[in-house]
This record gives sequence, structure tokens and C-alpha cells, in this order.
Amino acid sequence: MKEELIIAGFGGQGVLSMGKILAYSGIMQDQEVAWMPSYGPEMRGGTANVTVILSDNRISSPILSKFDTAIILNQQSLDKFESRVKPGGLLIYDPNGITRHPERKDITICRIAAVDESAKLGNAKAYNMVVLGAFLKMKPIVTMENVVKGLKKSIPSRHHHLIPMNEEAINVGMQAIEIVNQL
Amino acid sequence: MDIKDIIKPENKVYGRTPVLKDNVMHYCPGCSHGTVHKLIAEVIEEMGIQDKTIGISPVGCSVFAYNYLDIDWQQAAHGRAPALATATKRLNPDKYVFTYQGDGDLASIGCAEIMHACSRGENIVVIFINNAIYGMTGGQMAPTTLLGMVTATTPYGRDPKLNGFPLKITELIAQLEGTCYVTRQSVQNPASARKAKKAIRKAFENSAMGKGTSFVEIVATCNSGWKMSPVKANKWMEENMFPFYPLGDMKDR
Amino acid sequence: MAEKILIKGNEAIAIAAIHCGCDGYFGYPITPQSEVMETLMKEKPWETTGMVVLQAESETSSINMVYGGACCGKKVMTSSSSPGVSLMAEGLSYMAGAELPCLVVNVMRGGPGLGTIQPSQGDYFQTVKGGGHGDYKMYVLAPASGQDMYDFVDKAFEVAFKYRVPAMILADGVIGQMMEKVEFRPMKPRRTEEEVKALCDSWATVGKGAHRGGNTITSLALDPEVQERHNIHLQAKYAKMEENEVLYETYRTEDAEHLIVAFGCMSRICQNTVDEAREKGIKMGLIRPITLFPFPKKEIDALVPQLKSIMSVELNTGQMVEDVRQIANGRVPVYFYGRQGGIIPSPEEVLEAYMKQI
Repeated sequence: MKEELIIAGFGGQGVLSMGKILAYSGIMQDQEVAWMPSYGPEMRGGTANVTVILSDNRISSPILSKFDTAIILNQQSLDKFESRVKPGGLLIYDPNGITRHPERKDITICRIAAVDESAKLGNAKAYNMVVLGAFLKMKPIVTMENVVKGLKKSIPSRHHHLIPMNEEAINVGMQAIEIVNQL
Repeated sequence: MDIKDIIKPENKVYGRTPVLKDNVMHYCPGCSHGTVHKLIAEVIEEMGIQDKTIGISPVGCSVFAYNYLDIDWQQAAHGRAPALATATKRLNPDKYVFTYQGDGDLASIGCAEIMHACSRGENIVVIFINNAIYGMTGGQMAPTTLLGMVTATTPYGRDPKLNGFPLKITELIAQLEGTCYVTRQSVQNPASARKAKKAIRKAFENSAMGKGTSFVEIVATCNSGWKMSPVKANKWMEENMFPFYPLGDMKDR
Repeated sequence: MAEKILIKGNEAIAIAAIHCGCDGYFGYPITPQSEVMETLMKEKPWETTGMVVLQAESETSSINMVYGGACCGKKVMTSSSSPGVSLMAEGLSYMAGAELPCLVVNVMRGGPGLGTIQPSQGDYFQTVKGGGHGDYKMYVLAPASGQDMYDFVDKAFEVAFKYRVPAMILADGVIGQMMEKVEFRPMKPRRTEEEVKALCDSWATVGKGAHRGGNTITSLALDPEVQERHNIHLQAKYAKMEENEVLYETYRTEDAEHLIVAFGCMSRICQNTVDEAREKGIKMGLIRPITLFPFPKKEIDALVPQLKSIMSVELNTGQMVEDVRQIANGRVPVYFYGRQGGIIPSPEEVLEAYMKQI
């Protein structure tokens, strides 16, 4: 198994931490992982993206031009990364704020209304976990048990009481995903 | 009476401290460095800390201080002695660590290092030799050169419009919270040398008590750089340097 | 099995320092390596191993604190990024001259000048050809993963003390910022005072005992003959390192006709390039110098007879390629491909560039 994905959106959407939780979940099931962020001034409110690779084998290049999956959370990122999904790959996006929707026919395209769903949950901070749930529904490359372990590892212990809420958000994401273009 | 009758232990009134090596100093006759070296060596002997003292020598005439005091020495890059001393003392809290720096080294190129070491209150001793000139490179202007003073790079005298003003760095150092003892001394006669030695001893004692940085400035002569005889240089220092750099303790707590 | 942690390369450096018994870290913040000191401050090793951690007022001061600590026979280090390392050049030259062991980590960013905070390998020349003044070399390790970042700290100290030379870990923003799985090694305690004395009393400022005169650490030798003798001595030491300390890695070179030479993050990217070339039926291989000094000269030289071409791939305008050309010595063409400014070429881009040449 080898999954190469890009998560891209605005700074503050939890892009980096979502990638980190996914990477940690991979470690929990003994996979090789890499988490490569864009860094620098972009941290401060601009676009943020992170490449996450999970693999059964040693990971060579952490710099990729094509991805198995793109998780897209704003228009700039959609414009940038839609063409970089491998044919037959997966694109998941949040339609919130999107004016030009993805158009490719050779990839699977899904929508997750994560802004709405996290608002319904009454917790805007669970946004990225809703998105993660949507991804895991389509590609269950890590088990829920390992995701919880990954959460425990990547968030400080004083916030561990929030883990059940995060789990709930992941489940909501799994339910709320809609397939727009099924290959 | 034969000379052999006179050379007896009971008649001995002065001996070179064993902390001072039996090397001929390279300093010019009349230079203050030799006297200050001797005072530090005597303090180290009297406190019995020869095996616990690490000296940091600067770049400048006193770069070779390591040839004269029989202790472990580090020779720093120009101005950086306080950085070396910081690490040395923090990694070896039981040692006595002192820097020996001239005015170019401490007050010009090494301004950041001395300010921050003193501001952090490193438990080190700083011996600052201020002779208002760069000795080793041939008598150029130092940050402490007095207004009107002729040097190789101020051939018409230091002009504040051209060269700025002399820097009273010790007064600045005294303002820093990290320093516990800041004093200005001189060594041009036995009385002043005795006072200077007391100050140096106090500085070393402070370091053992962990009180912070002790800073001892010695207003000194550079008769070669000043182009004066040693006696005239001492007189010139008293008349011109002391009014601008007044002697005494600035801080003692 | 030891615990495996997901951490950034920069964090791995900090944790490794604590784990390998480092005595002191002195640093100054600069992107993209600030996590090194931040992690150390968060870990508070002074409460556990007794390691000293200090934020200095400048890189100049950091390296001179390292100089002071190294004079005492301590395992001391600093980390910085390109512009900061330029400021450290003076101290590195002094330490090489005074024969002091230490570790400097350079997480390279693009230059010249203030440049960019994005990854680069533009400091190859500065690192392996000197950087500071005078004739000297450092032991230089080029990590390509988080695990390398962790493991090389201990390795760097080992070689630095063996030869009494400054060591540098020459990383880049990719390796510093990327999070990977890192397996920790068993803790090495810090050396005791007695151990430091046993190892370093002949030269270090550990306090003069009755058994010897004072030690002096200096790089000053005004007598020309003394200085020349010292330089010859240093060169002999570097020659020994070239004999014994070369590290490298090869990938699919057995039957390779075309060879990529790449270090650090580029070596990983080029591994994919090799795979893609092989899929197209091109016999391509990769050699990754792990030590940049000493450089794997013999190993590249031994591959040349089977090759039709070589390409050096670097995140700069062509630095290591000069060393590769010297080894190839006209026997096969040596090409170069590089990107700058923090742009990292993809494996496909590298292959395309290579295909254009051959």
C-alpha cells in the first residue's frame, strides 16, 4: 500500500494537524510515513498545504508532482491541485466558497460540506476531522482504532478529553460525504 | 658582609608568584599589562585556585597572556571572549572563569558579547584594560580614545564630527542588572596597584558566590602607542584619562 | 523495539542531542531551523541530563560559546541556517585551527544574502571548501531523512572527537521541516568530569592539575614554520578522514549506464527518477554521498568505467558537480541539473532534464 496525498486550504483550517493525525495513525499501524508542509509566511493566514505519504515500504521522494488523493479546502488550492491528481485518483473538496467546481472526468470527485457539518456539531474546530472522516470513508487506509491512537499521540494530553468529540466529527464526515463523479 | 649572608629565606621580602611563568614578557617597557598580569596571578595564588581557573585571552597585545600565567587558557577570536567564558562557566560551574580584554576587543568589536554576558549576569570576571588605543596593530583609534587624542587613524586628533565620542562602556555596564560589581582602577603606582588587586580579588570571590558578573576596568597606559616615556605616560594618564574616566567603584552589591 | 515517534527533522536534532549525551547547545533563532532550540527549551534537559541550553545574542556569539565549551572537552553544538552560518565562519575557522571538536547543524535556505527561507543546497561550497578563512576541512554529513537527522548527531560527535575537528550536519529546509517516523536509540549519559579529563586532559581547559602546566587553546602561530607544520598536520588528519570516514549509499548502480549524484533531500527525489527511468528501459542508478567531506571519490571513480554519463542534481546552480567532474576527469560527460529559490524539482522533472542531455 502506498498513498500519496495533498491536503490544501487556508491557514487556520487545521490542514497541517489533519495531516499529522493521519501520519501518526499510519505509524500506529506500522507504516512508513512522511509529512511535508509548505512553511514560512504562508503559516500566517495564507494558503497552507501539506503532503502526506503513507506506505508499506521506505518512502523515497517527499516532493511529488502527482497525487493519489487531493483534499481541497479553498478555491486557490483547487485551481492549483486539480490537475495534479493522478488519473483514476481521488479529489475531495469542500464546496464552501468554491465558485469554479472541479471538472475532471478521469478521477473520482467527492464533496464534503465540512463547514456546514462542523457548524451543526457546534464546533468549528472539528472542521478538519469532518474532512478526515470523509477521506477515510473513501480510502480506509487506517483503521478508526489507529486514528484514535494517532490523535492521542499528536494532541497534548491536556486536550485528550476532546478525543471523543473528534471521533464523532470523523463519523459525521464519513456519513456526510457525497460522490459527485464516480469512476 | 658577603652577599651570601644576605640571600637567606628570612630576609626574603618579595618573590614572584609561581602562578606567573618565568617567561620574559613581550610587552613594551612601561606597559600596564605586566602589572595587571602579576596582580591576577597573585590573587589566583592567594585564593589557591590555580587548578580551577580558566582564562580567556583576547585579540590585541594581551593575546599572549597565556604565555605568562600558568593556568589553562582559551584564546578567543576578537571580541568574543565573553561568549567563550559564558559557555565555559555554565559547563563548569565549579571553575573560576575570567576574560582579559582590551578596549578595542571589549568596547568596539566585542560590544554585543560583553553587553549580553553582563546582562545575563554570567558568573565570570571581566578584566578590561583601557589604554585608549589599539596597541598591537600600531596605535590606531580605540572606542575609548579621548577627544583630541592623536592616533595613527586620528592623525589630527580625535574629532567628534569625524570619529564620534569616546565610549564610557563601564558606565553602561554598571547599568546592567546582571552585574554585581563594577569598578574602575589603575596600576600606575604601588598604592593604586594594591587597590586594583583588592578589586580583582573581590571580583573572583563574587564569582564563587554566584553573585553575577564582576567587571574591573583598569585605566592603563600605552606609552609606545601614546609616543611617550613611561613616566610621562603615567602623568598624562592622571591628567587626561582620570578626569574623563574617574576611578572608583560604580556598583558593589 | 524502541518507540517510533513522528517528528520534524529539526526536532529530531534536538532530541538526539539530549539522547547522545550532549553537554551544551548555544543558538540563535533563524528560519527554517528554530524548532531545534524551541524543542530543547521545551524538553528542559538541564533538569534531566544537566545539558546546558542557552539562547545567545547572535550567531557570532553562539559559535564562540561553542568554541568555549569545546575548549573544555565538552560535547557542544549549535544550529543555524545559511545566513547565520556565514556569521559563524570565523568561529569555525578558529575551531578548525585550534583543533576543537563540535557540531554545527546548518538547515540550509536559499541565498545569497537574506535570500529565501525555502529549502536550498546552496551552501555546499561554503561547507566543504572552507567557508571561513584558511586551509581547513570539517566533517560534513548530509542527512536525507528524519532518522538521519537523529542518528547523525551522535555520529558527528563521534568523528569530531576522534579527529578533533568541527563537524557539520548539512541539512536543508525539506529535511528540517518534514515529519517522519524516527526511532530513538538508547540514552547515552553525558560524560562525567572524570571521563572528560581522561579523554581530553592533554589538550583541554579542564583546569590545570599539579601533574602538568597550563593548557592553552589557540589558533595563533606567528612563527611561519610553526604555522606551516600545523597546516601539514591538519592536512594529514584530513587525509586520514578521507581514508576512513567516507559514507555513501547507492541505488540500482550494479548495471547502471547513467548515474545521478545527489545528496540530502535531492537523493530521495532522484531515487524516484531512477525508478521511472528504469521503467522506460534506461539503465539509471544513483549514488548519494552521505559524507560531503570526506567525499566518496573512490566510489564514484570505480563506477565511471561502466557509465555513459553522469548528472549531478542539486538545489543550487551547480556546486557539487565540480567535484564530480574532477573525479570523472573527462572520461564521461558530466551534466548538471538544479533548481533554486526553494523550488524543488519533481522526479519527473529531473528525468526530463536528464533525457534532454542524453
